[in-house]
Amino acid sequence: MVAEEEKRERKKRSVPPPGDGTLLSTTMPWSWKDFFLQWEWMLVAVLSLVIVVNSLISPFFLNWHTFIRTPASFLDKAFIVFPMMFVIILGKIDISVGSTVALSAVIMAVSYNAGLPMGLAILLCLGVGAAAGAINGFLLVAFRELSFVIVTLSTMIIYRGIAYIILGNRASGGFPEGFSLLAWGSLGGVPIILIAFVIAAVSFGLVLHKTVFGRALFAMGHNARACRHSGINTDLILWTVFTLNGLMAAVTAIFLTSRMGSTRPNVAMGYELEVIAMVALGGVSTSGGVGRIGGPVLAIFIVGFLGYGMGLANLQAPIVLVVIGTLLIVSVLAHKIRFQGFKLFRARSTAATAGEKNQEV
Amino acid sequence: MGVARKSVLVMLVFGIALAPVAVFAGGRAEQTGTGRHAFVFKNTGNPYGEKQMEGFGVGIGEQGFEAILRAPDQPTAEAQIQIIEQLIAQRVDSITVTANDYDALQPVLRQAREAGVRIVSADSAVNPASRLTHVNQADSEMIGRTLIQAAYDMAGGEGQIAILSATSQASNQNLWIEWMKTELEENPEKYAAMDLVRVAYGDDLRDKSVSETEGLLQTFPDLKVIIAPTTVGIAAAGRVITDRNLVGQVFVTGLGLPSEMAEYIQNGATPYMFLWNPIDVGYLSAYVVGALIRGEISGEAGETFEAGRLGIFEVTRAPDGGTEVLLGAPFRFDPGNIDEWKTVY
Repeated sequence: MVAEEEKRERKKRSVPPPGDGTLLSTTMPWSWKDFFLQWEWMLVAVLSLVIVVNSLISPFFLNWHTFIRTPASFLDKAFIVFPMMFVIILGKIDISVGSTVALSAVIMAVSYNAGLPMGLAILLCLGVGAAAGAINGFLLVAFRELSFVIVTLSTMIIYRGIAYIILGNRASGGFPEGFSLLAWGSLGGVPIILIAFVIAAVSFGLVLHKTVFGRALFAMGHNARACRHSGINTDLILWTVFTLNGLMAAVTAIFLTSRMGSTRPNVAMGYELEVIAMVALGGVSTSGGVGRIGGPVLAIFIVGFLGYGMGLANLQAPIVLVVIGTLLIVSVLAHKIRFQGFKLFRARSTAATAGEKNQEV
Repeated sequence: MGVARKSVLVMLVFGIALAPVAVFAGGRAEQTGTGRHAFVFKNTGNPYGEKQMEGFGVGIGEQGFEAILRAPDQPTAEAQIQIIEQLIAQRVDSITVTANDYDALQPVLRQAREAGVRIVSADSAVNPASRLTHVNQADSEMIGRTLIQAAYDMAGGEGQIAILSATSQASNQNLWIEWMKTELEENPEKYAAMDLVRVAYGDDLRDKSVSETEGLLQTFPDLKVIIAPTTVGIAAAGRVITDRNLVGQVFVTGLGLPSEMAEYIQNGATPYMFLWNPIDVGYLSAYVVGALIRGEISGEAGETFEAGRLGIFEVTRAPDGGTEVLLGAPFRFDPGNIDEWKTVY
């Protein structure tokens, strides 16, 4: 951890000093205006392409239903995308979220079937998710020498293990009729899950781009050590972000369980990878410090509509996987290549600061 | 950059994103389904499922309909829900599903029914509230009891046995396992020296089934028989027993595809096993769907219909309270007949 930061700092020292000499200058308006707006335009182009291609391959794609109702079928995991974006902006990764979904869903189902009212079971689910995230955060703060990959890999195994201990190889369900409305119901023709998604997107966007907390995330992603020395409570921020990640995993658990009417310990397998893929496709650098809320939002819809459209055309599942994987790698490559072209084009002294960081994608 | 400029940009972004919608939305006539029938299997890469889909495709084709064959990449209910939603949006006339979960498909199948889609389950059932009828391969009681009797025979009447199943939610496997336990419980004297030590779940994934088999052998060194009522599991168990030179010490039986199991039947790892013809399961499902569409049956017990080359079938009451159509008795494969069947399916 420490070694990694030092490495990054050394790298930074080796490049020509940026204009005003501070690390925060990399988030100066001009840099993301020039670069990130372009990246989001690229995502918009990809999304448009997906929509056009889907319309061509299936006569059932282009209608109101697709754009209003269909997102409900892929938005359940989208709730984790936002806090995962925060985690990745910090330069970390959390691969335990899929297991957190399973654990909180299982505890919700078991406690409801043990007699807890549904409302309390839902609160308990959120509490379990937040606690699971907080434990990740605690381990990272308390044992700095541990890598975040190893910590969340361990809790990934532990959380799912606990879910299996609680429920064994069984499914648990029998929820009240109203509970299924969360995933299947709508308000004024708009699915409840879509409304919840918009609220989450706006909230996380505001926190990220309009608050001191959000600014601190970017600063920490650039250089956590400098932040610590300049008086930012980096431990608290790290802890908060991981707790938030667990909490939103529990939100996903609630919607997923509502959608299926029952749950079991092996739900949400591989969600963490799908979520990380969406964040990466959204232009959030895995080396930290870079990202805007619009990218992952677009990425969620690109991946969702791509899968849905290919499903409408009855393409077989492996083809869908290959296409989505290819899209991801091509996008990340395009991200890098575009930037390098940009760097050659620009005067070296101004581009170097941003370039050094973004090349680590 | 100011807030105003940003909002303009955001609006532009969404404008551009939705532009193609406007361009395309006007010009396209809506197609309505005429005789399009979907079959959703548990997951891809399962030879047994491919044979079922093949049979379904043939049966649907014979009746002049169009077949849509789908399977998710993972054997989960979540993935099947997404596929069923896509099929509803395509306005198919019927969906035949081999379910990964007995109850979890109910909400999406209710949506399908409300959209006018006829729902049948095949091989692995959905609950009676979600289906018109179920196409069952063979009498579940007979399968369960027969497999325990086979294990008794192979173990020489005493020793430990274990079950290697598919996913823990697979309704057909769970029903057979219930009947296996019933057979053991109802004949305590006969099975006094036999001990069912564990039910393991290989999730119908090849690698997981292999590691579950290895786990069973590790945990229970005296294991005599592994019963795998799933084609993926039995092939994986046969492979492990063969690779570890345990042929003759540990026996594998259950439900297997002759083409995959010929090697293990010939080398003695599997003295004999059972299966019905998965092609016929799919084929019969296709004719159940056809009979429903033509109004020959409605899914009530006592109705009869003709299923192409398979002849006349009757809808009967199922043990779970719904109705079902039974294909027939399971067929026994042993070294005497495996050669003629291994090239068929």
